[in-house]
Amino acid sequence: MLIEVVTRLVHRVRPVGGPHKAALAYRVALRRDSGEGGRSLLTLIVVLVARTACAQAAPTVVPSQFEIAGSWAPLATEDVQNDSVPVDYLGLALTDEGRTRALAYDESQKSMIERQCQGWGAAYAVLGPFGLRISSQSDPATKRVVSYTIDAWEDWMGMTIWMDGRPRPSENALHTQAGFTIGRWEGGALAARTTHMKVGFIRKTGVPLSDQATLDWRFFRHDDLLTVLLVARDPAYLVEPEIISKSFRLSKVPLDFRDPCVPGFEGREPGDSVPHFAADENPFLDEFIKLFHLPREAVLGYRETLYPEYRKKIKDTYVPPPPCTEDCGVSGNFVRRRGPTP
Amino acid sequence: MRAWTVLAFAALCVPASVHAQPQGTASSRARDVAPIDLTGYWVSYVTENWRYRMVTPAKGEYRRIPVSPAGVPIINAWDPSADERAGNQCKSFGAGAIMNVPGRLHITWQDADTLRVDTDAGTQTRLFRFTTARASSAPKPSWQGESTARWEQVAAPEKGGSLRVVTSNLRAGYLRKNGVPYSERATVSEHFDISPLPDGGQLLLVTTIVEDPVYLNAPYITSPHFKKEPDGSRWDPTPCSSKW
Repeated sequence: MLIEVVTRLVHRVRPVGGPHKAALAYRVALRRDSGEGGRSLLTLIVVLVARTACAQAAPTVVPSQFEIAGSWAPLATEDVQNDSVPVDYLGLALTDEGRTRALAYDESQKSMIERQCQGWGAAYAVLGPFGLRISSQSDPATKRVVSYTIDAWEDWMGMTIWMDGRPRPSENALHTQAGFTIGRWEGGALAARTTHMKVGFIRKTGVPLSDQATLDWRFFRHDDLLTVLLVARDPAYLVEPEIISKSFRLSKVPLDFRDPCVPGFEGREPGDSVPHFAADENPFLDEFIKLFHLPREAVLGYRETLYPEYRKKIKDTYVPPPPCTEDCGVSGNFVRRRGPTP
Repeated sequence: MRAWTVLAFAALCVPASVHAQPQGTASSRARDVAPIDLTGYWVSYVTENWRYRMVTPAKGEYRRIPVSPAGVPIINAWDPSADERAGNQCKSFGAGAIMNVPGRLHITWQDADTLRVDTDAGTQTRLFRFTTARASSAPKPSWQGESTARWEQVAAPEKGGSLRVVTSNLRAGYLRKNGVPYSERATVSEHFDISPLPDGGQLLLVTTIVEDPVYLNAPYITSPHFKKEPDGSRWDPTPCSSKW
């Protein structure tokens, strides 16, 4: 009885990474003990001290694959959307052409009836505000996983990650919003690559992504946290990859299934011209810059602004904005006030 | 002490048990069994949370952080000059925030069971201990606290894995430069993962979970990432500043 009690106690104080060694050692020690209470106590003390002092660094072995299917809820603790103002290219390294196209974009394009349900490209899986509802599809004969599917939202087309080793289609094959994605398990993570996307956006504010772009994904799971790493490359519009990482929490209840998009009249008649700006006359160019006292080159997505050296460069010129005193959000943030287009 | 007691002690101190030992590994020293190599120089690549990391946000703003009601008065009372006068200029460089501070990491093995992370921003040092040996008395809380580390190795024949670090015994600090607080009761859990970059090179992803029963309503989770650099030629130590 005493052995059991002490064994349990030793198990409880087991430090990170250690198995049942202390308990086993204690059992061995007790078998050699003559049974006197004082010796048992001494043994316990010795074992506990030794266990604490000498716990070893053996790794925990984890499976090479994890269960990814399920509902993964968004956490909203990271700022990756960058879509609260029209001209916010913070954290991007754009080519001149990419910047020009972004500045020419007018969000009113999405009011056109033929564009309302166009949806966003594959990258929106991590850029958007929603969670991920992931399922797996198996071969009925072999029971092996053929693919994983991330369900669509009303403005996102969903994604199928093919796991069956099928080849990537020809360069000239159909390009879609979702693109074509092949995955494999690698180093305990699910790695995938998306190609064959239509021309789309890397930000909802109109920052473009070309049909030559490639998205590399890596899904890591730690306990009930799924962290998705996205590396977007685009020879046309990005000087350096756009890298986004976003975490999701395993949900105990299924995420809402969202209704498909239904177009309706939003003030634009069929046949109207496509709303746009001349890139150098975008009326919102200075809005974000003035609101947060941000440097222009950072807001416009210049490469150097992504590295620590830039922080030092602006150290003596940057002046933080004053605290928000009116039209503030619940977390003390500025909320955009939008009247007619200036 | 009787011989069997010595044997019991020795049994606990010999390298790792069979149970947790990866097959074919002779040593259990953390450095020798590392499933991934984190050592070297890494630079922050600030493509997320730019406005909260590269510049100091406005006083009073705590967007994206699940601050508890107890934290709001602290946020509104933030005074960087007072912090500096009190010698607290490293308050936004503590373990709860340091991985989000733009800068470079230099990761080395201090000894076979201690991974050392130096930051040039704020010249901080973190020690990730893979053994649980502790001093007889509890150490004083510090900016970087006490960190215990554990490898998570992918089962053979696959290669790879992850580093899990849990840090506590912290001095109260700031999650953001503008005074969003965490308390001495905060715990920081981190997962270090490495991913190859498609065009070559490596990326270090640090999923960071800050839990604080005093100033947070929910865990604050971020995942800053770093690119590997070939050498330390751009290493540029800069002291802590409460204003920048």
